[in-house]
Amino acid sequence: MNSISRRKFLKITGFTVGAAAASTALNPIIKGAKEINNKKAKGIQKIPTYCDICFWKCGAIAYVKDGQLWKIEGNPRDPLSKGRLCPRGTGGIGAHFDPDRLRAPLIRTKSRGQEHWKEVTWDEALDFIANKMKKIKENYGAESIASFSHGIGGNFLKHMLKAFGAINFAAPSFAQCRGPRDVGFELTFGDSIGSPERTDIENSKCIVLIGSHLGENMHNSQVQEFATAVQNDATIIVVDPRFSVAASKAKYYLPIKPGTDIALLLAWMNVIVTEKLYDEDYVKKYGFGFEQFVSEISQYTPEWAYPETGIKPDLIRTTARTMAMYKPATLIHPGRHATWYGDDTQRSRAIALLNALMGNWGRKGGFYFPVSYSLPPYPYPPYPTPTKDKLDNPDKKYPFASEEITTGIREATITGKPYSIKGWFVYATNLIHALPNEEETIKAIQNLDLLVVIDVIPSEIAGWADVVLPESVYLERHDDLHTSAFKEPFVGIRQPVVEPPADQKPNWWIAKKLADKLGLSHYFPWNDIEEYFDYRLKAAGLSLAELKKEGIINGPKQPIYIEDGIEPEFATPSGKIEFYSLQLLQAGFDPVPKYRRPEEPPAGYYRLLFGRAPVHSFSRTQSNPILMDMMEENEVWINSDIAQRWGLKSGQYIRLKNQDGILSNKVKVKATERIRPDCVYMVHGFGHNSRMLKRAYQKGASDAQLITKYNTDPLMGGTGMNVNFVTFEVEV
Amino acid sequence: MARYGMVIDTKKCVGCMDCVVACKTENNVPEGYNRDWIVYVTEGKFPDVHLEIQSQRCNHCDNTPCVSCCPTGASHVHDVGKVVLVDHNMCIGCKACLAACPYDARFIHPDGYADKCTFCIHRVEKGELPACVSVCPTHCMYFGDLDDPNSEVSQLLASRKYHTLLPEAGTSPRIFYLI
Ligand code: SF4
Ligand code: SF4
Ligand code: SF4
Repeated sequence: MNSISRRKFLKITGFTVGAAAASTALNPIIKGAKEINNKKAKGIQKIPTYCDICFWKCGAIAYVKDGQLWKIEGNPRDPLSKGRLCPRGTGGIGAHFDPDRLRAPLIRTKSRGQEHWKEVTWDEALDFIANKMKKIKENYGAESIASFSHGIGGNFLKHMLKAFGAINFAAPSFAQCRGPRDVGFELTFGDSIGSPERTDIENSKCIVLIGSHLGENMHNSQVQEFATAVQNDATIIVVDPRFSVAASKAKYYLPIKPGTDIALLLAWMNVIVTEKLYDEDYVKKYGFGFEQFVSEISQYTPEWAYPETGIKPDLIRTTARTMAMYKPATLIHPGRHATWYGDDTQRSRAIALLNALMGNWGRKGGFYFPVSYSLPPYPYPPYPTPTKDKLDNPDKKYPFASEEITTGIREATITGKPYSIKGWFVYATNLIHALPNEEETIKAIQNLDLLVVIDVIPSEIAGWADVVLPESVYLERHDDLHTSAFKEPFVGIRQPVVEPPADQKPNWWIAKKLADKLGLSHYFPWNDIEEYFDYRLKAAGLSLAELKKEGIINGPKQPIYIEDGIEPEFATPSGKIEFYSLQLLQAGFDPVPKYRRPEEPPAGYYRLLFGRAPVHSFSRTQSNPILMDMMEENEVWINSDIAQRWGLKSGQYIRLKNQDGILSNKVKVKATERIRPDCVYMVHGFGHNSRMLKRAYQKGASDAQLITKYNTDPLMGGTGMNVNFVTFEVEV
Repeated sequence: MARYGMVIDTKKCVGCMDCVVACKTENNVPEGYNRDWIVYVTEGKFPDVHLEIQSQRCNHCDNTPCVSCCPTGASHVHDVGKVVLVDHNMCIGCKACLAACPYDARFIHPDGYADKCTFCIHRVEKGELPACVSVCPTHCMYFGDLDDPNSEVSQLLASRKYHTLLPEAGTSPRIFYLI
């Protein structure tokens, strides 16, 4: 066993041991922490809330010791966290202490993109925004203000904008992430996969992960369930060009050639259909168009798939039979970040179909039927009737888009068609890192009369704003009540644990104040958010006092499987599981997915793949002092043989150059046996060039910057981003 | 008298570093330092790779070179659970123990004393688990009395294959990795 010493580890991960040695602070975790929390209180207080470091919303309990924020743990009552947070959640207190946080409202003083600002009062900032909004409404109509947001925090801002008359709302989580998967499953089962996903991982006997690196992608409840399944000796099958952490748990690892997943899925289905290994009763009872599906699938033998995927026919057969052996407790995981090649909805549909063959929709160890607490909405006055249609998807260009397309709004902002967009509200999403092709985003921004960014840190998109509004972090604010659909119903509350360190405000306050300035006060009839909570909770027969004390109120368990007596309903045109999709056929698409060969990298270039690390969320956490201490830069994974051919050593800095000549920031090489030779991999979210992010500035490389090319999914408008190629610039 | 140890199931560990983060906040470990850390041990040639992820920390060895070399007696074996501890007030920061420990488990705290994992004895004495164990989302870490044949840790060691780190160093480490 070649154990790496701690000192070496420190070097590898680049910890700044020397720099910190000078400090003898009493508040050792984070420099300056003492100044932020100087309350007189003595003893330990435990305040329940729910996490906001990613969107999973795990129930948590924050500890305040002698008036200082100390630590945060999982709330045992919460079905999502089951008392254990993920590393990002555990490091969440760093968000409060982050010295790079936005502190006061800012108005731009020079041209866009130059980081010249003046600090203003909230009143000045909100007046400025309200006046601009009124002007845009006068000249172009309220529909010309759009919003981009991420997470539950945007709820009140969206409400304010809807009251104003805005109708164009989008989140990168659809067209840049989970959209193709949701649509692929909707087309097949008539229902979406949801968030959290309705995957019953803990009861699965066979779990198939395709390009989904659970464990590195740290969706808490899922990782917990995955570990349970591993403990119960579930058979794990992992398909990935990279030997992921999940691959190290797998009985079968399939090192697939990137972009050929549909070929593998078709071959698997071929084996299962021709050997009659599927759940016949289930398919007969709930399936539509099965005969046409079988005849289409019969051409895709494992021998056909071999040269495409690089996976040997034997291995394709063995794994297909293994899946069938454990059905219906076999789960082919739908994945999450599914925007890869532009044919992603069809790939997701192939995954849905393979699951359908297992008869696992609604079955234990497959996909359960989620339940949630029904909490009545607050009775607001109706929103104004729009005079225009939403503009992200004109003429239903993408006929199966089930949510708004961010890049559609960006496009309309550039072209002014079907009508002009003159204002953007951007809430808690760094569009520069989230959307492909930075240049297009900047081009769109130049057409705006107003760009408002609301965030906790000065992200790249904040650098382009006219007005930046500093939000308090989740540990300092309330947000909307949480009632995710999951295995059991519950209501969760987010409530302040500590005071914000400067002039930061919660989004509900920002929305309410702005509404006042716009003459929309009647849309915020409550005085403060607890009044709003109280109304909704009372209507559901719950007590706010109890929720504040416990953080979570659990509802009674409910049936979630067909085995419990639930009769499944499929909201598809046929009312059944659509093996053959007439609605796809009618819209001019393949009724059963077809494989199309991906473009090959040019000589000397490698496909750029990207993913997640468990200690960071998107591009939002790189300045969090605790999480940054865990991982302060990303590395580019290069197959050892390729690295050797280029004379590259682990730890050495290089730059990546993409097919369009875009050069990345310098990034460390990780020469490894854990990736195919034809691609490279890096963790998303690094390589910040916002100077205000002092710790994260220029640490690692940004994949987003290198993603100048993307393939748009013709079904739903998602942006396939794994279509960029990079080569190495050895001189940095 | 108990003899505390830790058993870590490498089959379940995903290397997420939650254990590292939890230790950091629980024990106010300063920025740039860690009492526990993650090591990835990769063997083989793509695609036939074997990866073992190890959550490492002080092994609370039965034979303690760090204690025997300590000139002041600051490094000592605690009477509860035979946990190896450093008395911050007695420690002069001479680094003898850093040199003696074959696992690089110790560092000099910015305040001038040797520091390392304590098995969160302040929690254990209250009946809680060490912070890293209590947080681990994969439940892959187990803590308990190795001298009690009925403890979870003893049972796991009796029923599963495992290894320790650098057994050749002769320190008899008390962190065990199930394989
Ligand atoms: S928290 Fe658990 S799963 Fe995560 S690295 Fe530590 S031991 Fe492994
Ligand atoms: S691991 Fe090192 S510091 Fe810990 S007891 Fe053993 S020798 Fe001492
Ligand atoms: S036992 Fe406590 S001190 Fe030791 S690594 Fe775990 S959390 Fe840190």
